[in-house]
Amino acid sequence: MKLPILSLVTFLPLLGGVVIALFPRGREALVRWLAFLVSTAAFALSLLLYFGFDAGSPDYQFVEQVRWMPSFGISYHLGVDGISLLLVLLTTFLSPLALLSSWRAVEVRVKEFAASMLLLETGMLGVFVSLDLFLFYIFWEAMLIPMYLIIGVWGGPARIYAAIKFILYTLAGSVLMLVAILALYFHHGGVTGIYTFDLPLLTRYVVPGGIQLWLFLAFAVAFAIKVPMFPFHTWLPDAHVEAPTAGSVILAGVLLKMGTYGFLRFCLPLFPQASLAATPWIFLLALIGIIYGAWVSMVQPDLKKLVAYSSVSHLGFVVLGLFTLTPQGIVGGLIQMVNHGLSTGALFLLVGILYERRHTRLIAEFGGLWQVVPAFSALLMIVALSSLGLPGLNGFVGEFLILVGAFAWAANLSAAGPPAYLVPVLATSGIIFAAVYLLWMYQRVCFGEITAEANRGLTDLTRREWAVLLPVLLFIVWIGVYPRPFTGKTEASVQALIAQVQSKAAAAAPAQPDLQRIHASGAPTPSAWGAGLGGR
Amino acid sequence: MDAALIPLLPLLVVGGTALLVIVLDLLPPRDRKGHLGVVALAGVVMALLVSLGLWGREGRAFRGMVVLDNFALFLDVVICYAAALVLLLSTDYLRRNDGERGEYYILVLLSTLGMVLMAAAADLIVIFLALELMSLSLYVLAGFFRGRLAAAEASMKYFLLGAFATGFFIYGIALIYGATGSTALDRIAAATRAGTRDPLLLVGLGLLLVGFGFKISSVPFHMWVPDVYEGAPTSVTAFIATGSKAAGFAALLRVLLSTFKVSQPDWTVLLWVVAVLTMTVGNVVAIAQSNLKRMLAYSSVAHVGYMLIGVVAGGALGAGSVLFYLLVYTFTTAGAFGVILLLERGRREAVDLDDYAGLAGRHPVLALTLALFLLSLIGMPPTAGFAGKFYLFGAAVRSGYIWLAVIAVLNSAVAAYYYLRVVVYMYMRDTEGLPTGPAPSFAGRLALAIALWGIFQLGLLPAPVLDLAQAAVAPLLR
Repeated sequence: MKLPILSLVTFLPLLGGVVIALFPRGREALVRWLAFLVSTAAFALSLLLYFGFDAGSPDYQFVEQVRWMPSFGISYHLGVDGISLLLVLLTTFLSPLALLSSWRAVEVRVKEFAASMLLLETGMLGVFVSLDLFLFYIFWEAMLIPMYLIIGVWGGPARIYAAIKFILYTLAGSVLMLVAILALYFHHGGVTGIYTFDLPLLTRYVVPGGIQLWLFLAFAVAFAIKVPMFPFHTWLPDAHVEAPTAGSVILAGVLLKMGTYGFLRFCLPLFPQASLAATPWIFLLALIGIIYGAWVSMVQPDLKKLVAYSSVSHLGFVVLGLFTLTPQGIVGGLIQMVNHGLSTGALFLLVGILYERRHTRLIAEFGGLWQVVPAFSALLMIVALSSLGLPGLNGFVGEFLILVGAFAWAANLSAAGPPAYLVPVLATSGIIFAAVYLLWMYQRVCFGEITAEANRGLTDLTRREWAVLLPVLLFIVWIGVYPRPFTGKTEASVQALIAQVQSKAAAAAPAQPDLQRIHASGAPTPSAWGAGLGGR
Repeated sequence: MDAALIPLLPLLVVGGTALLVIVLDLLPPRDRKGHLGVVALAGVVMALLVSLGLWGREGRAFRGMVVLDNFALFLDVVICYAAALVLLLSTDYLRRNDGERGEYYILVLLSTLGMVLMAAAADLIVIFLALELMSLSLYVLAGFFRGRLAAAEASMKYFLLGAFATGFFIYGIALIYGATGSTALDRIAAATRAGTRDPLLLVGLGLLLVGFGFKISSVPFHMWVPDVYEGAPTSVTAFIATGSKAAGFAALLRVLLSTFKVSQPDWTVLLWVVAVLTMTVGNVVAIAQSNLKRMLAYSSVAHVGYMLIGVVAGGALGAGSVLFYLLVYTFTTAGAFGVILLLERGRREAVDLDDYAGLAGRHPVLALTLALFLLSLIGMPPTAGFAGKFYLFGAAVRSGYIWLAVIAVLNSAVAAYYYLRVVVYMYMRDTEGLPTGPAPSFAGRLALAIALWGIFQLGLLPAPVLDLAQAAVAPLLR
């Protein structure tokens, strides 16, 4: 039997978390090391995925499938393709770093913190590798609880409010997705006779137009809240500001990507026609997110809030790229997901380092840091430049590809004429605004005279902090200079996805929105349902 | 053994144990009654095993007034689990509250007998009998701590409103008898199959639903719930919330699905509205509660709303998922009340949210356990609450009640707020010098362990049990 690498990678952190939870109190150093080693081991295992991945094939690889609840067509079905591979790696890469960053920041209930972080890692990995809608939903929901605890227990002063807001927003979206998953399941079963939650099987089916729109909306709202897209973004600043540094890193680095991943993995292939129909509205929201997020970032007095709002802006780019349905746009979107995870993760790490020393994050409290902590300032410079898309660093690659995709989309839409070009043009303005808020922030924090006496005694990066930041910097430069090892893995899958979406969209017959059709178009009689349960 | 007695076997075991405990209560020792709890528990466990052993058998007794089928057996299992968990939680709890008297165990067994009879009743008169046996025992149990004002209030309120509802119920039986000339469920079914929409019959059904509505505590017949749940001893609260609800649903499902199949369009519309009202009122009012027992009381109302969705959806999946949810709900709710009960310190009940501040620091294991039960009540995977809701809402979607499913899931999201608030208090507030409670007894820990096993077993591998539940409702749908 082949080694079930995906299961190992996914559940190794869970195992570690359970072991740590059973530890007696007071063994804090041991707990920290164990959690770090477990998540590092998961990263090492996930490297096997990267090197074993066949970039030429668009299919799911490392597939594992075991019957779980056969009478309902539910199976334990895992696999990765070019779309999820990088996100899996991003997750396993950021998790040990986040744990390492919390070495000093988290001093109470260390054991519970480490266990929560590891449970969270399993949940996130599960979301990216699940190929069964039921399984996917389980991971999607289960992951909320550890994140909720991380914000609520180890967060800042308003942590409880932020934690509750985070979980209620996300739940409200995801429960509607549950209804949509069920509706899709019964509709598919009624029409084809195959009752299944299996994603590859479901994507082969073309959902009739009217139903498709409703299902798309239910999925899209869940993902839009997660991304978060304007106007569903208000939970994000609260959650980010209150979360401990490690939580912010994971939240920005991985959790937000679940929304964009969801669009790509579920909305586009399952509901292509509705996705195409909704594209103008999605673009509108993405553009508002890009520009509004950037503007709000500019005026933030708090460093962490600034970075949080910049996420709204950056993820607007990602969504824009995905919905252009061009190879450049989608590959760019995927790379930008990784980039945002690295750059914003690093920004949060740096802000956290500053906060640990000064216990404030207000920009006005700083100034002239370059003279006191040069290494810190240099790294902040590199990361800020990467975030604003300086050529040679990673952000540029992603944003460039997305904008190329957007222009290609506008060019294809020649019938619409010049207005279509407004989309990439307005999006480009977001890059300019990004330069404004990041550089202005940098100027106020690092340049000039030392304004606050308390800053004179700051110590520069410790060895542990270097160890956290250097790997991130390595990839920031690597992707910026030579993105081929990363983009190359995604292209085959992206091409296949686009072809699939287009052929399915062409095949779907237009229809009026009509909820009742879910039932009328082939609801199973009770006896047919019984036959569907034939497993007994 | 006489083959005619086999359909009565679960009843005989529970009833026999009750009689045995009555006799043992009269024997010494006078001052300690813990051994009666052990005997009662043994009887309930025996009934549970007997029910499992009888699975697949069918039979009738007392001229068809009592029926043995998989439906009755499935509910016997649910009821026996509820009774067993309650008994495990009771012994130590009674001693700490100076309430250790033999009557307690006798009454628990008698109400269990009523519940088991209710699941097996095939005649309206037997349903009524069972209902009264169960209810009267529970009225007394609710006021078992007779020195306490709240207990007296709970008992009185439960009794008065219960008697009122019983009046409706028996009036409904009378009208149905008038319309069909029989109280036997299958004869009523045969009479209604003729297809006449006799107003007398419909009014009779409506009155029956009022009676059932009271027992399962659906809106608008839920008014007694918070006060009774709050005032009753916590172990009794757990029993009222789980066992009596399961019994109520048992009779409700049997009457609606097998007897009044013809009027399904009528009662479906009615129950659709009741389900929406029940879950919405339950959840919205629960938000405003700061007393944990009252909060769980309103939450239990909301859960009745979810289960009614399964009744509305109908079919093997709908009704089967109700049974499945009853089992899930029994483990979860008995577990949640169990933690509350174990945390009570002497005469002081730890039921305010403030009592739970920083619980994770003082009682890490109990806090985690309660958190898991609350997550199951929210319906978070991979706990059983998720599987249960998944099937209920799935049944609704399958039958075309998309909006009902949408309302239900939005309700679940609202409910998350107040359940998680308890988690907030336990994990995110600091201890304010509260004393740690007594260490939970072995029996209490065993009860929690069983309930935890239940919510994970049913959460991770729900399919086999759901298949059993669907097989259980099959005789009703024939």
